[in-house]
Amino acid sequence: MKKSKVFWGYAVIALVLYVVVQVLISTGALNLYYQNMLITMCINIMLAVSLHIVIGITGQFSIGHAGFLAVGAYISGIFTMNLGMPFPIAILAGSAVAMLAGLLVGIPTLRLKGDYLAIATLGFAEIIRIIFLNIDYVGGAAGMLVDYQTNWTYAFVGVAITILVISNFTNSRHGRACISIREDEIAADSMGINTTYYKVVAFAIGSFFAGLAGAIYAHNFYFIQPTTFGFLKSFDILIIVVLGGLGSLSGSVIAAIFLTIVSTYLQGFPETRMIIYSLVLILVMLYRPTGLMGTKEMTDLFKFSKKGVTKA
Amino acid sequence: MSTLLNVENLGIQFGGLKAVQNVNMYMNRGELIGLIGPNGAGKTTAFNMLTGVYAPTEGTITFNGKQIQGLSPYKVTRGGISRTFQNIRLFKELSVLDNVKVANHSLANHNILTSILRLRKHFNGEEKMEQQSLAFLKIFGLDIYKDELAKNLPYGMQRRLEIARALAAGPKLLLLDEPAAGMNPQETHELMRLIAFIRKEFNLTILLIEHDMQLVMGICERIYVLDHGQLIADGTPAEIRANPKVIEAYLGEEVAD
Repeated sequence: MKKSKVFWGYAVIALVLYVVVQVLISTGALNLYYQNMLITMCINIMLAVSLHIVIGITGQFSIGHAGFLAVGAYISGIFTMNLGMPFPIAILAGSAVAMLAGLLVGIPTLRLKGDYLAIATLGFAEIIRIIFLNIDYVGGAAGMLVDYQTNWTYAFVGVAITILVISNFTNSRHGRACISIREDEIAADSMGINTTYYKVVAFAIGSFFAGLAGAIYAHNFYFIQPTTFGFLKSFDILIIVVLGGLGSLSGSVIAAIFLTIVSTYLQGFPETRMIIYSLVLILVMLYRPTGLMGTKEMTDLFKFSKKGVTKA
Repeated sequence: MSTLLNVENLGIQFGGLKAVQNVNMYMNRGELIGLIGPNGAGKTTAFNMLTGVYAPTEGTITFNGKQIQGLSPYKVTRGGISRTFQNIRLFKELSVLDNVKVANHSLANHNILTSILRLRKHFNGEEKMEQQSLAFLKIFGLDIYKDELAKNLPYGMQRRLEIARALAAGPKLLLLDEPAAGMNPQETHELMRLIAFIRKEFNLTILLIEHDMQLVMGICERIYVLDHGQLIADGTPAEIRANPKVIEAYLGEEVAD
């Protein structure tokens, strides 16, 4: 009973947050600049949380996440622009195809470990990017024009679903199986966990939500281009997850919000932007080497006041 | 008594090195058997073959009527063999309770979609796993630590948690790899009692690697002795104690005057 109360508590907070921002937008109190920042924030949260399930929960060091972002962006773009489908269907299609791509990449590569897996996923992401670069149907190197259809509602619902699904997955026997793989793969295997299966599942779920972020992203910038989805983008996502603390979902969310704000404000200082951004990262890692949240969650912080309430 | 485990001609080769060869052994249901031998004799390698961590290069392992050599570890475990590790391999960042719950994985069968949608079946399954895991913790006196991270437990408790976790996987055959390593005599004594208790309670067959001779001789019904990858003796504790080959393996050859 207590657990569902906690859930409804979060649901109410989320709803209030959504309504307040929506009202601010409709009354014109939030101009386009801030709206765009909020949507970018949502996209970064989705990306970070979707990578968190692969790296933070399952412990598989993948640095090809931008590849799945690209799949989601392009497939959804094809659905709305070339096939004339409505946006929600395009979002679903983009996510589903990204998930398929995740399965395709994950099944052969996830038998690799550590550095080797990182390099393999990086390679696969580049392959995906080069494929889009060479298909004229999606504009090739010149890029693809995509209508502006994303709004606060789509972005917010996307984030809400991403967080809900991934936290529900994590707090179940399936999530525990994934964490046990992160902690000790041999022991997990010896306890009856089908490690290959769970690695692939986590990877597929991560790819699905990266695709979702991609669909929202594509319809927010009028224009997508293969160069946007290079390995630097993968590292951007990785940085958010590491900064937030490997293994902490709330950490990923907080870091995504924090870094979006930092990089948005730094756009005013183009010459020193990357220097300050890097300094912020170095400082955080010096003083919080395990990331902002370590492996803790926001919910853990309330535990001290309310003893006896177990994690949902 | 029927045979639960039958090992024939088991061997494994790493490159040119024959780590274990020609091992023949059997275990009847309900037996408690010791596997001893000097360091590097191949005891843990034998365990790794029994549990699927290594695929043997020769020989067969028949467990419960089925051949299991070369199966992946999770399949072997689901088939009914589970183990502990010589160098403790707990899930350090998980709570004590969650460590046991991981091993309880196959107790419930709610699928991923059920969990994501938080259907009733998910809650029922999780509840069942929680109750069962708590019951195991209680047997091992670990229930007071249930929310503690595994890495924060004192050493002796970590060893106990390893056994609790192995038990939660629902084995018919339990393999214990040096469960008393690093324990003081009192802890060892408690452990002996605990092993005897769970064996009765869960109808277990147990194979035990141990260097603590007091423990091995005290509770094992039969003992196999490995040296340089080969079985050199088997028999009751009394027979083993008197076997010249065993004494030689442990203490070296007698010097002729």
